[in-house]
Amino acid sequence: MMPLLITKGLSRNFGGLRAVDNVDFTLMPGEIRAVIGPNGAGKTTFVSLISGRIQPSSGMIVFDGADITSQPAYARVRQGIAYTFQITSVYANLSVYANVALPAQLTLRHGPSKSAIQAAVMAALERTGLADQAAMPAGQLSYGHQRLLEVAMGLALKPRLLILDEPTQGLADGEIDNFITLVREIAKNATVLLIEHNMPVVMHLADRITVFNAGKILAEGTPEAIRENAAVQEAYLGTAP
Amino acid sequence: MSEASPAKAYALHLGVIALLFLLSFLLPDYYHGLLARIMVLAVFAMGYNILFGYVGLLSLGHAMFFGAGLYGAGLAVIQLGWSVPAAMLSGIACGAVLALVIALLALRTTGVAFMIVTMMFAQVFYLLVLYFAAWTGGDQGMVVPQPARVLTFGATALDLTNPTVRYMTALALFSLMLLITLAIVRSRYGRVLVAIRENEERTKMLGYDTFSNKLAAVVVSGTICAASGAAYALLFGYVGSSFASVQYSILPLLWVLLGGAATTLGPLIGTLFMYYVIDITSGYTSAYLLIVGIALILLVLFFPKGILGSIRQRWLGWLP
Repeated sequence: MMPLLITKGLSRNFGGLRAVDNVDFTLMPGEIRAVIGPNGAGKTTFVSLISGRIQPSSGMIVFDGADITSQPAYARVRQGIAYTFQITSVYANLSVYANVALPAQLTLRHGPSKSAIQAAVMAALERTGLADQAAMPAGQLSYGHQRLLEVAMGLALKPRLLILDEPTQGLADGEIDNFITLVREIAKNATVLLIEHNMPVVMHLADRITVFNAGKILAEGTPEAIRENAAVQEAYLGTAP
Repeated sequence: MSEASPAKAYALHLGVIALLFLLSFLLPDYYHGLLARIMVLAVFAMGYNILFGYVGLLSLGHAMFFGAGLYGAGLAVIQLGWSVPAAMLSGIACGAVLALVIALLALRTTGVAFMIVTMMFAQVFYLLVLYFAAWTGGDQGMVVPQPARVLTFGATALDLTNPTVRYMTALALFSLMLLITLAIVRSRYGRVLVAIRENEERTKMLGYDTFSNKLAAVVVSGTICAASGAAYALLFGYVGSSFASVQYSILPLLWVLLGGAATTLGPLIGTLFMYYVIDITSGYTSAYLLIVGIALILLVLFFPKGILGSIRQRWLGWLP
């Protein structure tokens, strides 16, 4: 099977700091991959390079067999790479419906009708449980619901690769359980790349885990293998109990 | 932006057009002429509103687009002897081309830099008008002679200097542009423009090429403003450099702010309000601009969203 995403020698410098350092990374289609690592390990920079929000200093990104390194972010989104923001970034003044209509009308751009957009929007809202709040201004949603709206906007793009940057940050425990169910369902049709600090969520969801430390990949493997890995324990999980 | 009540919105806009039509038969001569002028200038404000209200780009140089229409049409009639429809198209085309060129350059900047760059280009346009005084008449301007302002369709001739013909032509242009504006802001493209205003970075990450969308918005905005300028030259017969001065870059901003940015009818309300306040106050005192200034300050303090913007916020959420 051909990998969905490959990075080769991917690096990004911020002044003297090498935030992402020569990273070779491969993601297979259908996977749920978690990226973990201590603060400042370069996780967000790494996914920002993939989504095109920032340009690499060197290296190469291949998506579905095509080199996308020089493509602008919007073109990558159109090819199926959706990114949900770590800091909630919904359109606070627009209705929940309008927030999702914007990505929905993009994927339906070949002669869609108003009803086709409406169907796509409501489908995304129903999957995230926000259908009842469709008319509300997005800024009035609770924080947890705004996080879900971020996911709904990602879903409406019908992505092949959905990048979730710390999606459970600030969610209540009950909301986290629903979220795990939601991501599992999303993963039936899409590959999921997840940055997450909440270890139980990572261990529950991920097929494989990639551990970042100081801009480099420290380890990669199944949740069990990562749990047993001594180097990871030292760098990130603390000493073994 | 809401999906609800398209029928209500269209009914309201058609109602406003019908009211303006009826007013043509009811108003005394002076106000009849004034309203025709206001409708043409409201088109200028509507063009400005597309960019400022919906995309959130504050230009301080829209006088150059109005001026491009004004001179594009005026010079075609006076210097080249073109017919009225050809001159109108010439004015619109000049505005569209100018807007495209300016957009390609000015959209490399944002925020305050965008304001300054557009203002500087408008000054260049203004100074060019003065420099080429041999053709443009410089600061004296030019008068479009009455015989050149006749529209002929076969045997029938429409004299644009006739008050009723002038009013109806202004109304036709205004109605067309109003309905175009309404269609744009209700369209999927309009939704993208608002999204750029609200959060450009996020809009990029939803797969939109925000540069191209902004480019198109400047061209649409500049073209509508040029249509207003071209109509002004042909209907009122005066092509003067003052219309390209910085004052005419500030005025559409004021009209839109007064009436309500990002409302389709706000530009008309704002232009109307400003003209009538000036008209009424100048009847009482020579210091009328002081009163206009105070009125503006009060409005900005208590109705920061403008007249229609405040009405929409408080009572009529469905207003487009």
